[in-house]
Parts: sequence; C-alpha cells; structure tokens
Amino acid sequence: MGELATEKHVRYILSVEKRKDNFESVVMEHLRMSGAYWGLTALDLLGKLDTVDVDEAISWLLSCQHESGGFGGNVGHDPHILYTLSAVQVLALFDKMDVIDVDKVTNYIVNLQNEDGSFSGDMWGEVDTRFSYIAICCLSILHRLDKINVEKAVKYIISCKNMDGGFGCTPGGESHAGQIFCCVGALAITGSLDLVDKDLLGWWLCERQVKSGGLNGRPEKLPDVCYSWWVLSSLTMIDRVHWISKEKLIKFIIDCQDTENGGISDRPDDAVDIFHTFFGVAGLSLLEYPGVKPIDPAYALPVDVVNRIFFTK
Amino acid sequence: MHGRPRKALKQEDEAALSAKAEKLRSLQALFLANHHNSIYSKEALDVSAKLLEVNPECYTAWNYRKLAVQHLLSNSDSDPHVIFQDELKLVEIALRKNFKSYGAWHHRKWVLSKGHSSIGHEMRLLNGFQKADPRNFHAWNYRRFVAELMKRSDEDELKYTEEVIGANFSNYSAWHNRSVLLSNLLKKKAEGYFPKENFLEEEFEHVHNAIFTDPDDQSGWFYHLWLIDQTVKTDAPLLVSSWPSHGSRITLIGDNNLRGCGLSLLNGTLLGTGTLPIILDFNQAVEGINSSTVAIESELLKEELIWKPLSMNNSNTAKVWVVYLNLGNMELLPSKAYSVQIKVGHSKGIAFSNGNHYSDPSQISFKVLVQTASAEPAEGQGGKRTTWKDTNFHKIDHFQESDAILSADNNPHIPTTSNWCSEEIAEEITKFRDLLSEYDCKIGKLTLARLLTALDLLSSHHDGRKSNTEEVLQLYTDLMKLDPTHSLYYKDKHSLISLKRITSTRDSLLPYCYHYKDATETITGYVCLRLQSLSLSRMGSIENLLWVQMLDLSHNELQSIEGLEGMQLLSCLNLSHNKIRSFTALVPLKLVKSLKVLNISNNELGSHLIDTTRYLCPSPVSHTEEFAWERFEILAGSVSATNFWEAFLIFGSLELTELNITGNAVADENFRSFLVKVLPTLKWLDDEELS
Repeated sequence: MGELATEKHVRYILSVEKRKDNFESVVMEHLRMSGAYWGLTALDLLGKLDTVDVDEAISWLLSCQHESGGFGGNVGHDPHILYTLSAVQVLALFDKMDVIDVDKVTNYIVNLQNEDGSFSGDMWGEVDTRFSYIAICCLSILHRLDKINVEKAVKYIISCKNMDGGFGCTPGGESHAGQIFCCVGALAITGSLDLVDKDLLGWWLCERQVKSGGLNGRPEKLPDVCYSWWVLSSLTMIDRVHWISKEKLIKFIIDCQDTENGGISDRPDDAVDIFHTFFGVAGLSLLEYPGVKPIDPAYALPVDVVNRIFFTK
Repeated sequence: MHGRPRKALKQEDEAALSAKAEKLRSLQALFLANHHNSIYSKEALDVSAKLLEVNPECYTAWNYRKLAVQHLLSNSDSDPHVIFQDELKLVEIALRKNFKSYGAWHHRKWVLSKGHSSIGHEMRLLNGFQKADPRNFHAWNYRRFVAELMKRSDEDELKYTEEVIGANFSNYSAWHNRSVLLSNLLKKKAEGYFPKENFLEEEFEHVHNAIFTDPDDQSGWFYHLWLIDQTVKTDAPLLVSSWPSHGSRITLIGDNNLRGCGLSLLNGTLLGTGTLPIILDFNQAVEGINSSTVAIESELLKEELIWKPLSMNNSNTAKVWVVYLNLGNMELLPSKAYSVQIKVGHSKGIAFSNGNHYSDPSQISFKVLVQTASAEPAEGQGGKRTTWKDTNFHKIDHFQESDAILSADNNPHIPTTSNWCSEEIAEEITKFRDLLSEYDCKIGKLTLARLLTALDLLSSHHDGRKSNTEEVLQLYTDLMKLDPTHSLYYKDKHSLISLKRITSTRDSLLPYCYHYKDATETITGYVCLRLQSLSLSRMGSIENLLWVQMLDLSHNELQSIEGLEGMQLLSCLNLSHNKIRSFTALVPLKLVKSLKVLNISNNELGSHLIDTTRYLCPSPVSHTEEFAWERFEILAGSVSATNFWEAFLIFGSLELTELNITGNAVADENFRSFLVKVLPTLKWLDDEELS
C-alpha cells in the first residue's frame, strides 16, 4: 500500500486557496467559505495550519458577514446557515472567536428555528435536518446552545428517523450517510444518542463498505471518499466503527490520492478537489492513520480545537 | 469532482474551459451587481437565468429570483401566472443540468407554495425525472411533498412503489417509501392495514422476490429486517426482569445489634451502605417510573422512594430503573421475614418514548431476612486486597437459596404473543433454509440467525421446544469467515448469543459461578461470576445478571461495557486483558455506586487517538455534564484539563478502594498521582498499598 502524500496535499490545498481563475473555482465561488473550512481543517489535521496568513483569512471572512449576523459563502453572496457554520469553524481553528459579535451570530441562528423545532437554511425557508445539525453545532461552539429550544430540535430530528435506523432530510426522507452524520452529530452534541438504535443503524452503516474497501452513501451506490467521513464519523459516534475493515478503507482512500499533484478524489483516478481532499484526510484521521491529527466526529474539527473550546476556562 | 476522470486536459480543451470560466465570471459579477442594486428588469432577470442554467448551485441567484418574483407581483398590471411559469421553466432547465441541486428543488417548492402550478404537470415531470434516475432522493422528497399537496392517498402512492419495484426490484428508495407509507397507514389504523398481520404476510412475500432474485443486492435487506421487527416486537413496554426476583428470599447480614446501618447482603460485598436496591429492567427504555406507577408495600418502607433511571445522559428515560430501600435506622428482628410487594403499572404512566403505554400490570413479591454476622467482615479493612488468582475461586456444586441467583428461567414476565407471529417466523425460516440450500450467501445466513433468535424469543423455553442457540452461534461463526470485512459485527452478535446461552437457566450458569475466598479468609466467600476467556466482544443479558456482585470478565475482547450499569449490586469487577480504549468507555460504572474494586489492567487506555465513546459519556462536549472546575483544580493543581478530563469525569464520582491500571499506555507516574487525588477512598493502586 502507498503512503499518504502529505507534502503534496498541503501544496495542493494552498494552491486551491489562491487559484481563482479556472472554471471549477468560478463554479464554486459561492461556497468559498466552506472551501476555506475544508482546506484549513485539512491543513490543521496535517499539522500545517501555520503556513496560512491568519490575518488575511480573517479579514476576508469578516467581509462575508452580513448585518443579520449570518455569513455568505463569499463576498457579495447572501447569508446562509451553511456558511455561518463554516465561518465559525474557521474562527475556532484559529482560536479567534473574539473578532465576531457572538450574540449577533447567535441571533441569526436562533431566528431560523421553526415552530416544530426544525431549522431553515435562511430566510427563504428551506427546511432540512442538515440545518438542525448546523444550528446545534454552531451554537455549541459559541457556548450558546441554551438560546434555542433543544428539546424541540431533537424531537424534529427523531421524526426523521427511518425503518433502517437512519435519518432523512425531512420526515419520510430516505436515509443517506451525509444526512445520518448530521442527525447523529446533532444528537451527539445534545447528549441524545440514547435515541439512536445503534445496532440497527450500525449495521446499515457498516454495510456501506463495498468490496473495494470504499464506503458508499446509500445501498447499491458507488463508493466515494467523502463517505469515509460521513459514514465513519457516524459509526465512531455510536461506537460501532469496528464493524468495518479499517485496513481496506485506508487502502481505498490512499488509492484515491493524486500522487503527482496532490489532492484526493472521490474514486481512484478521478479529478481531485478540495472537498474530497478534506474528507479523505478526515477519514484517515478517524482511522488513526499515523501522522494525521485526531478529528472530533461530531464537531468536525480537530480534537485539540474542540477540547480547547470546552476544557479551557 | 464527482465522477470526473483525472487527466491532464488537452491544450485546446484548456483554452475552451478558460474562456468558459471567463464568461461565467463576468456573468456572476453582473448578476451580483444587479442583486446588490435591486434591479429586476427583464435584462437583469435574464442574466440570473443564464447564470443558473450554467451553475444551478449558485444559491444567491435563486434568492434573487424570489426577490424578483415578489417585486414583480407587487406591480398591479403583472400576470402572476406568467411570472410563476417562468420560474418553473427555469427550475426545469436547471434540474436537467443538475438533478441534485438543492437550490433548484427548493425554488420549485417555494413557487408551488405560492399556489401556482398544475399538480398534474408536477406529477408528469416527476415521473420523467424518476424514470431517468429512480434513486434520486431529491425527487422522492419532492414526490412526497407534491403527493401531500394534492392529497394523494397513501394507497395510491403504495401502488406507485409497487410499479417501480415491479420494473426493477433493486430500488432501495422505493422500499424505503413503502415502509413510510405502511407505517402511516398502520398509525391511521387504515382498513386492510390494521392490525399489522393484515399486510405483513404479503410484504414478506414481496421482499422475498427481491432478496431471492439477487441475494447480494441490498435493496430488500433492511426492509426484510424491518418486517421481522414488526412481526416480533411488542408495542407496549414489558418488564423483563427484576432484582430481587419474584418469590425470592433475600438474606441480609448485620452487626451484632442488627442496626440497619451495617447491613450487607449475605455472601455479599455490599458493605455498610444499609440500603437495599430494587431494580426493574424493561425491554426498552421507558419513562414514568415513580411511586404512583410502581407501588411498594412493606413495613420496611418508611419514606417515599425516588426511582432513578440508569441513564447515561441524565435523561428521564432508561431501560433499567433503581430505587434504594433505606434500612439504615431500623431495628430488624432476626427471626422475622419481612415481605415486600411491588406492583408495577397498576396506574397509567409507564411508557416508551413513542408513547405506547405499559399495559400488563404485574406484581413482584419477595422476602427479606436478617442474620447476625458471625465475624466482622474483613474486606476493605486492614489492607486486605482482592486478588483474582484461580486459587481463590472454588467451584460451586449447587446454589443455595441465599445465593439469590437469577437467570432467564426466573423471569417473571413472558411476552404473550399470538400464534400468528411464531407461525410467520417459522415460515420465513423454512424459506431461508431453502434459499441457503441453493445458494450460500451472507444475507441468507444472517437472516436465518435473526429469525431463529426471534423464534426463541417468541416461544421461550417454557413450552419445552428446543432452543436454537447452537445453530445461531454456528451461523455467526460461519459469517465471520464468509464476510471478514464485517467480522466484528458478527462477533458482537455471537457474544450476545453466547451470554444468552450462559444465563438462560440456573444450571447453565452454575459452571461459571465460584465462591471467592482467599487463603486467610475464614468466612464463606461470596459468589463470583467468572466469564473470563470466552472471547466476548460485547456484554449482554444484563437482565439475567442483576444479582451479580463480583464479576470476572478478564481475558476477553471487550471494548465496551454498555449495559453494565444495570448491575446495581456489583462490587468487584475484573476487566483486565480486554480492549477498553478510553476512560469514557467505563461510563456505565459511574452509575454503579456499589463498586469498590476495579481491575482494568492490560487494556488499551491511552493508546488511541480517536475516542469512540466520547459521545456516549456525559460531558461538556455533549452538554450533559458541566465540568467541575473548582474541584478539578483543587485535585489536579496545574494539570491541564484537556488531558485528564475523561478520567476525572469517570473516577471523580466513584468510591473505589482498589484500582489496578497497570499495562495501559496512560498509566505513568503523573497519571497515578492524579488518580490518588481524584479517588481519596483508594487503598490500593496497582500493586501498591497507599498510606
């Protein structure tokens, strides 16, 4: 088996941050805040966060904040809960929460909770359990979880539970590994994992591992490196990660590296991108791959960052 | 990028792409300028449309379109129909470009919620999309949305899933939707679907076709398991076990004047607490156990009792509940048998979290006797230490009544199920045996193992039928070889079944029970359950082990002790030579207040970077426990909380007298001195007596 080409990935991530001219970067311009979170967290996991100009990153980040307190995906784009979490996660990485008005960001999120406990993504009312996770994760990092109705939020998530133990976007929605991460993560952060049927969900999740060693996101779908994160983090939170073969998954992720130019792709020999690079590295982190810092399965931030938030006075 | 090959582009392609990028860039810039200046002219709208046609993911552009719609509608001469039609057309084009665009789907819902569209058209559009990609979950979500909007019946939608599955059984999305629709119909008690046996038989038939056509295709697997669960599970909570058990006699041993404060269980280790726990174990987590739903009648009862849920996250639901009868200040007579009666569920209030109520009122009666101690109990005094050497354990020939052993056969409450359930399961067993005789496949074996387990549960050993445990164990052993990728899943299942077998009767328990007695001891030792070296990877059957006070689980492969909190009498626990990875995995012990002796030597504490039980343990990261900073700082001094918080959370609430932690990566001097401070009751740490 090959090894993780750490140096090349670091170079790749740094180059993506700078490149703004190719087609992909233009198409993804509106979600640059999430791109920043993926890239910077991957760098931190690889021990290279110090290669980044923090002041530059922070000043750009702040220019994406709106009067409402929410953040847009890039300068000039509308605020959305997705990018608000990414911004808060980036600030947590840099330990720079003091540059924002925490109450203002909190207000933005609190106002997105609906009567039934669910969350909208922004003022236009799209409801999805992804947004429940985001709200809960973000407020927890900000030490403001008490500002929403947690009980109702949890109840809504549970109303999205399916026969296979997984969770969907809204009640009745099909289970999907990404959605399961969001729901299990939200339940983990609110101390509600007793509401998860761990054995049933664990079986569904561990059966995501296909012959090649990679994980898919739903039954009878192709494997994809990003599920190394969504499935693995969920299995980790419910203490069932030993139900898959770690060795085979490590091999699959390593096989998805571009060993020449850096970066990780969804499947071997596909084009790399920052999203899959992060999820590949994060997956290896959960697999305790040597040289990669441990990541927290619920907050999707390095464990030392999460511990700094909760265990320093 | 999803599904795009990694290859260097040819030069002309690169040039073309670069031109495309330039074009898109200027389109985006133009759009953002319009958006920021609230320009909603036809030209401006065209810019946003063009942008969304190329890049449907640009969420800000969808937002702009909504603002534009609102702006245009506010003009009195506008035609709403035309305005909405334009939006729907744009969404259609965007979806053809990218099926999975959240923004596009939501825009369509938003337009529909304004009341403008022909539902018939939506269904036609959906049918087209779903034919092209039958697994698209956005389309399925949208279908449920439209079906509700047009009040299409669940029966009609059920027919649609039949059509889809008929065309190709390999469609997990359709099976999923069937489970949703059938659950709805069942909840509504719809004719033909309630009670559930009305449809289950047919559904089994249905899903067989899928599984038997291609056993390696997962589409029907989970649906089949759901059907088994629907067949077997009881709707109402069920009391599966209690301690003391019904009809038992509990002997307590006290000091000479029999003042209650020194009472302990005969042959027991529950020293000096003066309290007697009463434990109720249900088949699932329940809420609502209190002095009105569970009535206790006894002259030993002097105050109102408060039931406590044994919950890891301080919630008010739990599978196991406990109450402590305080005998501390009572004068008890040695010749008397004090009777205790517990009535469970005579008044309404005990329920599953889904709202189903306990409906099987039951009664547990037991007697409490007291004896004078013949000698002062030695444990915990004079530096005497518990050792787990084989020479200290003596085999038991037969149990004595005072041993208060519990097993599945003194389980007072056997679920009453209809014949229909067992027949249905038996029929399934036949079918899967047929499948396996033709094709050796993992889902066949796994399902057979589950069905046999279900049948054992339904028929219980009281009807004299032979249990299927041996065959189930063999199936799981086969599966470990057949499907090595998931071997630890099967191993965990194997462990649970092994424990079920061991704890099923008093006779089956006997070979694992020993008297503990060290060389210098004069009084008869207590019963120790020795489950060492059984390659257990998981604990289970706790409902049959509520009586255990001394437990040897050494030399197994446990990485979790989930469920152990139910053992409220446990005093000595040996977990040495297992695979415990982190302190948070020991969290069940936080609820075992009787625990005094713990051996966790030779585990994997401190060897792992990732903690898989971090979120199953109450802590500040899951908002289930505040961090006691003051106490931590007093105890730990300058030690960083980020290093020792787990150990502090677990050990900070225990009152251990002996702890062995050698053979773990974490056990350095620094950590040992921290432990001594956190555990002031400690007399022995590792092999060292503390002064």
